[in-house]
Amino acid sequence: MDKLHIALICLAAAHSVGFAGLGAGIGMGHGLNGACAGVARNPEAKGAITTTMILGMALVESIAIYGLVIAFILLYANPFGGALGL
Amino acid sequence: MEHPILFINVILEALGLPVPHTITGHTLLEKLCTPYMTYTWLVMAFWIIVPKLTMGRLEIFPGKGQNFWEIVIGGMENFFAENMGRDRARMLFPFLATFGLYIVIANLIGLIPGFMSPTSNLNITLGMTIMVWLTHHVLGLRYHGLGYIKHFLGPMPLLIPLMLPIELISNAARLLSLSMRLFGNIMAKETLLSVLFMLAGAYFAPLPILCLGVLVSLIQALVFTLLSVLYCAQAMEHAH
Repeated sequence: MDKLHIALICLAAAHSVGFAGLGAGIGMGHGLNGACAGVARNPEAKGAITTTMILGMALVESIAIYGLVIAFILLYANPFGGALGL
Repeated sequence: MEHPILFINVILEALGLPVPHTITGHTLLEKLCTPYMTYTWLVMAFWIIVPKLTMGRLEIFPGKGQNFWEIVIGGMENFFAENMGRDRARMLFPFLATFGLYIVIANLIGLIPGFMSPTSNLNITLGMTIMVWLTHHVLGLRYHGLGYIKHFLGPMPLLIPLMLPIELISNAARLLSLSMRLFGNIMAKETLLSVLFMLAGAYFAPLPILCLGVLVSLIQALVFTLLSVLYCAQAMEHAH
């Protein structure tokens, strides 16, 4: 059963990043949609819209980074590592 | 994952100082020689020596070096003043600008082989986040006294039992999110670079990640500084 534990940890880590990336990808796509529409309507505001878009993208990406941090914690700093023998 | 080779660690070990191979050391001297401490001092030395060397004497008609630093510092102060007002921006400028400049260079030196980013360690980012978080609460209390609680109460008195816990939790989550965002981005960049070096370094595989890494480093520094400015500005203004 030891291998099953390790396999489950690896699966959990992979799915953590996967699902977080899914949500972040959809969110950032929506943001980009709004930014492109804004620039298309008002090409003069390109600088302000681009800055706002970059800022919003970084904030949305941080949600995906939370998933990555959980994956790293599971793989490298597992709090149950002692009980599992890792 | 194998241990990366860091230049300052090699120099310190040659000098005989104990450099820990775990995340933090055990004795005080080991804790002072951990990579993120020594690379923080390297970034501090960079920010002390390089502006002194490139600025020269201050003149009315600026030369090249002074022009560059005027753009950097003046640009940052205008950016803060847009959000906070000119005199508050001037009050908080040393604090927030130091963080911004430190984070930019700290993120970027991780891209050079043989160096690591001190911000890829949660200790550094959490330390900075705690300072920003405490500062914005102290500013709110100083500008509003006990009326600072009105920032957390929401628009209508009927909604207070709903809004107060939500606002308190979201304010406490700022500690976690601000530190984790910077830490996660920079640690992911460093891990990705080290793995790609290990796997396919001879075929220039890390090159696209290096380009992405420059972008991520600059953007994450901007986001940390902007969020700190917004938190402090919101704490100092009247409740919405």
